[in-house]
Amino acid sequence: MDETLARKLRILADAAKYDASCASSGAPRRKAGADGLGSTTGAGICHAYTPDGRCVSLLKILLTNYCLFDCAYCVNRRSSNVARARFSVEEVVTLTVEFYKRNYIEGLFLSSGIIRSPDYTMETLTRVARKLRREHGFRGYIHLKSIPAASPWLIEEAGLYADRLSVNLELPTEASLIRLAPEKDGAAIEEAMGQIGERIVQAREERRRFSPAGQSTQVIVGADATTDEAMIRKSALLYGTYGLKRVYYSAFSPIPDASAALPPQAPPLRREHRLYQADWLIRYYEFSPDDVAGAAEGGMLALDIDPKLAWALKNRHRFPVDVNRADREMLLRVPGLGARAVDAIVKARRHGRLRLDDVARLTSGLKRARPFLIAEDFRPTTLTDRLDLRAKLAEPAEQLSLF
Amino acid sequence: MEEAPRPQNPLPSAGEGGGLLGRGIRAAGLAPGADLAGFRAAARRLIAAGVSPDDIVWQTEAASLFAAAPIPADGSPLHLPRAVADLIPMVVPHRDPERYGLLYALIWRVSRGERALMEVASDPLVHRLHRMRKAIGRDLHKMHAFLRFRRTPGEGPERFVAWFEPDHHILEAAAPFFVDRFRALNWSILTPEGSAHWDGALRFGPPGRREDVPEGDRFEAGWRDYYESTFNPARLNLDAMRAEMPRKYWRNMPETAAIPALVRAAGARARAMIEREPTMPAKRDPVRAVARMAQDEPETLEALNAIIARSEPPVPGATQAVLGEGPVGARIAFVGEQPGDQEDRQGRPFVGPAGQLLSRALEEAGIDRREAYLTNAVKHFKFSLRGRRRIHEKPTAGEVSHDRWWLERELGFVGPKLVVALGATAVLALTGRQIPITRARGPADFHKAFEGFVTVHPSYLLRLPDEARDVAYRAFVDDLRRARAMAA
Repeated sequence: MDETLARKLRILADAAKYDASCASSGAPRRKAGADGLGSTTGAGICHAYTPDGRCVSLLKILLTNYCLFDCAYCVNRRSSNVARARFSVEEVVTLTVEFYKRNYIEGLFLSSGIIRSPDYTMETLTRVARKLRREHGFRGYIHLKSIPAASPWLIEEAGLYADRLSVNLELPTEASLIRLAPEKDGAAIEEAMGQIGERIVQAREERRRFSPAGQSTQVIVGADATTDEAMIRKSALLYGTYGLKRVYYSAFSPIPDASAALPPQAPPLRREHRLYQADWLIRYYEFSPDDVAGAAEGGMLALDIDPKLAWALKNRHRFPVDVNRADREMLLRVPGLGARAVDAIVKARRHGRLRLDDVARLTSGLKRARPFLIAEDFRPTTLTDRLDLRAKLAEPAEQLSLF
Repeated sequence: MEEAPRPQNPLPSAGEGGGLLGRGIRAAGLAPGADLAGFRAAARRLIAAGVSPDDIVWQTEAASLFAAAPIPADGSPLHLPRAVADLIPMVVPHRDPERYGLLYALIWRVSRGERALMEVASDPLVHRLHRMRKAIGRDLHKMHAFLRFRRTPGEGPERFVAWFEPDHHILEAAAPFFVDRFRALNWSILTPEGSAHWDGALRFGPPGRREDVPEGDRFEAGWRDYYESTFNPARLNLDAMRAEMPRKYWRNMPETAAIPALVRAAGARARAMIEREPTMPAKRDPVRAVARMAQDEPETLEALNAIIARSEPPVPGATQAVLGEGPVGARIAFVGEQPGDQEDRQGRPFVGPAGQLLSRALEEAGIDRREAYLTNAVKHFKFSLRGRRRIHEKPTAGEVSHDRWWLERELGFVGPKLVVALGATAVLALTGRQIPITRARGPADFHKAFEGFVTVHPSYLLRLPDEARDVAYRAFVDDLRRARAMAA
């Protein structure tokens, strides 16, 4: 690899690293053709982890970090003084294929600053994907960022080659968009999501390829005053309205050349974590946005306990729950019991009444679950009524120190 | 048990001894590693002979006590619940010497009446086997994820070699993943227990050595650059990294050499970003470029047609995109379904049999075809081949959606007073809804800037028997007359 390409890679990987929405899951299973390259397994694979604990799955790069937009939170905004670079289509294809052959990556996550125009940018992104699929028989994973202001027919074509398309909302309210991202258009973003969502459903019915791994988006946490409750309600709306696969929350992170519009501070990682947990409860634990709001205080989730435990402590009258009798929905509400553990409990109890050590073999979270459940040989004496229960189960609330 | 295709195991299964290790104790000797075939054969015989799990000693080192002879598979196949059959190959590769004994105990209990045993995940035996299965799953997953190929230097066909040290005996189980993914490459995977080679066929061979992997690789430094650049120092979280990527894997992954320096510098880098004063932008505000960016839409019908002409058909096969035809400013526009065989060859709408019928009907209705605008909902011909004939295939709702953006803008540029939808596909393109023509026929509200009118597609007339066709044709001409009156 020559030094010019290496330098571009350093700049354009650094410029792309603030995008969290980089999973490689959800694609239909594919195998390499006789002279092609690549496969998808459905679950996605993390090929490495960086010291920030994040998974390296796709080659996550920008086509270019030159940009005509001026979004305050973004390191690549036109008013930032970062070093700039631009890949050619051919260079991105080469890097993807060569990294893939060495088993470094699952595929490509390609985004871009806006150059010349949204259409020009979107067309170039699509050219990369088309070249990989057509000329290299590439069957690995491709995630393309859709440029929301691009013409709809370009998004149509991108969906033919990409496994996943995503449009980043970044800021959850129109007011914040206007203040911090003047060129972004909230309505255009949701229109693009609507178009992609509708075409995904249609293609599925027709057994066609159109972004088969669905669409996702990213929202920045802590760049504006949006509360956790508002975030969660917005996400629920996005899941419901556009059938999004994932909403990613990204703690606003200090960037090398910060804008004066946003006071730089350590990223609110703990808050980001709690939002993911709340999001999880809605997607896999049959919680409603109202349940999550009920577990919060003044619209904000507790930092020292997870939202499920917060809900349980506020609804003590619903506990303890009998593992041998309660329905699935209520078992899912027990802190410490995961969805898989609940399924295992429901299956196992058909064949005999469960004792506490049976439950211990079905979940790794028994310590947290104990105060909230009843088993054949166990009742929490008055544990659920204790006032210091929260203190017993809480984690330290302060932001993890970096230094 | 299901007969799985037998893995190409270079090692013969050791025989099963009848040697007595004590009163009634039987010894079953299996090959080292993951001897699935050997275990299957032994389990069949032992179950058939009614030997209890407590009376067997499973020996996994080819024990010298017994003559090494392949076991004849003379026990009848076991009929096990799917959950058990699926579990066995996922536990056999485990390095725990008790794996065969535990699996046999499971088979024993299941075949003695506990058919649903696998559902009782809280049973201590099932629980332990589940944990072993999970360990194998994890080991396989980590091998698929953390193995790194290096290209052997020199010209000629590319060849890639990797060295990997799995925790369990999983080489054979892990190989199919690499075959599926790197079918077109030649590769070798070397491990301390054995090796796998692919050059169009899969072979397993003797153990390799770390030194057998070529030094250096043109892309390794670039990969390390990427790894360093994609790390965010403001989010340092070593526990999360170690939980998912335990240290034992690091020595065989080129990028991990960067970790110590990244971690050392992270604090200072994050602090510097937080403390640095915002800088003044060095660049001017490119007002004109930003303003120009907003005018990205095609501004004329020609510009739009250029985009359509160079677009990819949603379904491969068409010769060319067929564009609309007629003057901008036409008072009446006709929207058909999609180009047919003739249209695809000539690149013009409504020139085939249905198009000729339409021309005739227009003339009878007093509409000058040259003054109307004619186009299709879908811009590319779609067909299936029957011999050498290209048989027209109806576009799907998805294809109509795919093209509807163009139709919307095209009609916007033409600006007709009235748009006539010829057939159900045109109605779908203009309204987004499937409405039967019999119900919608006549004036229609498309909720657009123009008035709407719905009638049949002329190709429908061609499919009718003669006597019905005449009646339908006259009705079609009547519709066109009404449309002409509306557009006047």
